Formats: sequence, structure tokens, C-alpha cells
Amino acid sequence: MEEFIGAWTARHGTTRDGLLPLLHAMQEEGGYIDDAWVPAIAKALNLSRADVHGVITFYHDFRRTPPGRHVVKLCRAESCQARGGAAIEQAAAQRLGVAMGAVRADGQVALEPVYCLGLCAVGPNALVDGRPVARIDAAALERIALEVAA
Amino acid sequence: MSRVFISRDMASVALGADEVARAFADAGCAVVRTGSRGLFSIEPLVEVEMDEGRIGFGPVGPDDVAAVLDGSHAARLGKMEDLPFFAGQQRFTFARCGVIDPLSLDDYAVLGGWVGLEVARAQAPQKVVDAVKASGLRGRGGAGFPTGIKWQTVLDAPAGDKYIVCNADEGDSGTFADRMLMEGDPYCLIEGMAIAAHAVGAGYGYIYIRSEYPYCIATMRAAIEASAHIVAPFVLEVREGAGAYVCGEETALLDSIEGKRGQVRAKPPLPALKGLFGQPTVINNVLSLAAVPFILAEGAEAYAAVGFGRSRGTMPVQLAGNVRHGGLYEIGFGITLGELVHDIGGGTASGRPVRAVQVGGPLGAYFPPSMFHLPFDYEAFAQAGGLIGHAGITVFDDSVDMAHMARFAMEFCAAESCGKCTPCRIGSTRGVEIMDRIIGARESASSVRAEPVEAHAGPSTDSGRTGEGYLNRALYSRAPDRINVSIEAQTNLLRDLADTMKYGSLCALGGFTPYPVLSALDYFPEDFGADAPVKEAAE
Repeated sequence: MEEFIGAWTARHGTTRDGLLPLLHAMQEEGGYIDDAWVPAIAKALNLSRADVHGVITFYHDFRRTPPGRHVVKLCRAESCQARGGAAIEQAAAQRLGVAMGAVRADGQVALEPVYCLGLCAVGPNALVDGRPVARIDAAALERIALEVAA
Repeated sequence: MSRVFISRDMASVALGADEVARAFADAGCAVVRTGSRGLFSIEPLVEVEMDEGRIGFGPVGPDDVAAVLDGSHAARLGKMEDLPFFAGQQRFTFARCGVIDPLSLDDYAVLGGWVGLEVARAQAPQKVVDAVKASGLRGRGGAGFPTGIKWQTVLDAPAGDKYIVCNADEGDSGTFADRMLMEGDPYCLIEGMAIAAHAVGAGYGYIYIRSEYPYCIATMRAAIEASAHIVAPFVLEVREGAGAYVCGEETALLDSIEGKRGQVRAKPPLPALKGLFGQPTVINNVLSLAAVPFILAEGAEAYAAVGFGRSRGTMPVQLAGNVRHGGLYEIGFGITLGELVHDIGGGTASGRPVRAVQVGGPLGAYFPPSMFHLPFDYEAFAQAGGLIGHAGITVFDDSVDMAHMARFAMEFCAAESCGKCTPCRIGSTRGVEIMDRIIGARESASSVRAEPVEAHAGPSTDSGRTGEGYLNRALYSRAPDRINVSIEAQTNLLRDLADTMKYGSLCALGGFTPYPVLSALDYFPEDFGADAPVKEAAE
């Protein structure tokens, strides 16, 4: 990872405002940001380790543990609720066998809350491994479950 | 070979537009991927170039290719401009969205692109600021602050470096106009930012886009690269958010760009004087900046000619939630809420009666149909105890439980609080607990005709201790007294908490969370069990 950070700072510089872009790049690369990498990040951008840790923990997007092999981000916000989102959330947790906000014990799938995907007229919506899915009903949920089983 | 137009907007893709586009390409068509026209009940929409113009079909599936191409498909809609949903609109900002290939510089230029920038650059900065002032444009992010006055402050600030920051965080549920514009007409936003840069003397701009919008981020990055030579020497960069709703607050957004936790700053100083990296900074919402090219190209008068009262110009209204014809409807201010929901939106998608609409995102008030006469206007909504915000309207049918929605408002505030103010950080969680007690009391009141319900909220205090003086009382003061969980006591507590949040929060997240909560309580008291005692007394 130190090599990765070195290459990144060589391209983008070592100013503090590079911290979020660097964290995004690291998570893209490794799937999550290990606590063990914090000292190297802090050193590269001349920040304290506590400062870097504080930023990682503030933002919901940054993971400190490995994600599931598949990630289902299901919208919990108002417009999707108006279209039956709460029932779909319950059904999704049951069908995928994982509580909202958790990774399934076998590491196969994570169910994560998301607060609006900007698809508010066609909900309930989800991002399945980055792919947007609209109008989720029981049948769509079944397709998603089969997809993430692979 | 037929030319067909199919949207690549994230909502269209979520409805299967990619599969449809592939099927048409496989059939030998030249497929142009556009933005979305903005009516999602007809997506995936396929427009075919025919002798009489672009004829639309929708919704269309991958198996419908042959029927669409020979014109026999049942879902033939005709020309989009003739559909009532589009014919009634005044598309100033969204004129090109859904029509052009978003990344084609030729398409953009042919339909009037860059004219506003040329006009602006031929004028002194002060003249450009004056034009924006004269247009009456107000911040489309929700607060409604006059954009021209904001620019004037930045123009007048003495500094070497100034910045243009576009707030593309659009974290509100029920809103997608920023997303649609960035995916469907990105050069319009870039042009607006370049005009702002010329007007205030800024050399660098950031577009802060939420991470939930991956399509926007990709499109904007590609558009910035392709148009760099046109906006030069102005330089633009996209910054990706990281899942924090509060980063839509302008000072939290600035801290996030600077690489810090997205915590709200105290104001003053205004960001216009001391913003990004301590420099004078224009921060505007996507829609505010995207309205600017029209104002410069067509003239401030043309923009100001539309509207209502002090709300001039057009607003891209977003119809969302349980609505039959959901989508984007750009129109001058003054149209009533009822017209938007019933005449344009066509009522609910479920076919059940409309019970409530939330206007302005998760921090906006819930309104019942009895308020549908309200004209869409900053002042009218403020007076009615609400806000138009970013003009998202989320429709709920009669199956909605408003106590549940009030609880969710508190839960959302707790999840997204930046942590700076106590009422927002802690009060919101206490609000969830109050709502749980109200919902609990409501359930038990409806099943049992009970005595006023009382319960312990935690381990009971040892009554023997109370006589042991002030110090002991202070030491044990955290041990809760018996909590009166009667609905009346709890709603009083809820109002008290809402008051504290309203007056004790530094930004709108804590300060406006009372809007959905109190409007739900005021307009729909029966969902909070408030009518139950009356009904029982009548028995």
C-alpha cells in the first residue's frame, strides 16, 4: 500500500485536500481502508494519525473492514418509502440472510443503507454492485438474490 | 439505417435502457445515448428519427425492436414536445436535456451552447453580475438567497485567489434535477461556472458530487476534459463526496473539499468572503449555475418575465415518490401544489388517494391535500410553515403512517448529524425514542381501553435516596424518574425538543428537522394517537 500511496502522491501532490480523493482511490484499490494503513497516509500528507482516522470514521462511505463479495445498497429515504420501501427492506434482509448494515457471515453479500440515489420517481431502488435497479418488488428481489449468490 | 435516441440517464438505466439500447444496436440502428426527457413513466423511451421528426415510443423492452422500427408498437407516443407533460413546461434550464448527446460538443453548440459565455466574456465582470441580479435568480439549492448579490460580494472581495464551487451534493430524497442536468447536459453547468468565474475573477472551480451519483461523476469528468479548451484559463475539477448528507451544507462541503471531516463552520465569516482555503468563494447549487447561461444568452428580462412575486424565473420541479407521472417538470413559479400533484403528476401510482406530500426534501414539511392551493413560491411556502427547498415533491398515499415518517425524520437527523450541535447530535436520538413511545402508546390505546399508561424507562430510583440531600440528588439525577408515556405528555416533550433543535442548531439539518416532525403532528394528529381519547370519551 505504501507503494500505492507513493504513486498517488507523485501524481496528485501531498496537500491536505487530497485526503478524500486518496481514501477513495485506496478503497477502490483494496475494497476497504485498513487501520494499518493510516500511519502511511498520515505521513504522506503530513497529518496526524488521529486526524486521518477521524476523517475515515466520519464518512459513511469509507469501510474499515473488507466488504462482502457483493454489495447491495438499498435506499431507505422518503420517496422509496412512499413506494413500499420499508417492506422491501424487510424482505431483502430476510431473503439475503443479512441484517441491514451488515455483511453476511460467509462474506458473500453486504446489505447497506443508502439515503437516496436520485431515482425517486421509480423506487424502491438499489445499487447492486454499482448497477442501479428500480421498482424493486418481490420478483426483482429474487433476481438480485440469485445474482449475488454467484 | 435508423437513428434512434435512448436515454443513458441513471434512472433510465435502472429501468433497463442499456438492454434496450443494445437490442437496437444489434438490429443495426445508429443509437444515440441522450439524457432523459424527464418523464419516468415512459422510460425506457426510444425516439426514432422519422420523416415527421423524432417519434417516441415508451416504455419499450428489448423485445420490442421490430415493432418500434416499423411504427406498429402500441406504446407510440408521437413527438415528445406534443405530450401534455412536456407541452406545459417552460424549459429554460433543461432545454437540451434529453434531446442531445450529453458529451457531444457539436450538439451543445448547435442548440445555443456557449452563447452565454461569449456574451459574458465580451462584458466587464460588473455587467455580468448586474445581469444576474436583474434576472431575479435566487439560490435553487433551497435557501433562495439572491445569486447576484452573492456574486457581488465575491467580486468586491480583494484577493488573489477566488473559487467557484458547485454544490452537487443533492442529498435530499425526492430530488434528481441536479443529477439529470449533470448526466443530460453537463456543458450547461460548465458554462454557468465559467460565466461565474469571469464575473467574480476566479481561476479554479470545484464540482462536489455525492458518491451516490456515479453516473454524474463519470459524465462530468468526461465533459470537463472535452471542454477544457473552451473554458480556459478557467480550470475545473470534480470532487467525490463520501456519503455524508450534511456535506450539502455549504461550509461542511468546503471542509470536505479541504480534506477534513464535513463539519459545519460558524458563519460569519461568509464563504463569499472567507470560503475555500480561506479565499472568497462563490458556492451555488447546480440549478443556480445552470440557469446562468440562459440569463446571459437570452437576457435578464427574459428570465425575470416568468415567475410569481419575488420568485422569478423557472423552477425544475421534481415529482417523486408514489406518483403516477413522476419526473422533472420545469415551470415558472406560481403553479399550485395541487396542480403539480394531480394535473401533472396524475395522482398516486398506487391509485389510492393522496394523503400527504413532502416538499423540499427530508427537511421539508408534510402538507395535506387541504394545502394544495399553495402557489409554488419561496414566500408562500415559508409563510405556510414549510419550504420549497430544491423543489422535490414526494407524494404519499393514504397507507402512510405519519408517526412513522416523523420518527424517520429524527432517525435520519441522528444518522447524518455532523456532531457539532447537541440538539442535533443527541436530541435527534431522543426524538426517535419519544416517537417509539408515542407509537407504542398509540398501539396499546387502540387495543386496550387502558388507564393512562405509565412505565419505567430504566432501572427505578431507590426512593430512600431522595432524602439524602442535594449532592446525592445530583449524583443520581441521571436515574430516570417514572416517565409519563401518555401521548399528551410525549407530544409536549416532542414539541419542546423540536423547539430546542430549531433554535439551537447551527445549520438546517438540526434546525429544519422539526419541519417534517411538527407538520406531521399538526396536520395528521390521528396518526399520533391524539384523537383516540376523544373517540373513547364519545363511546
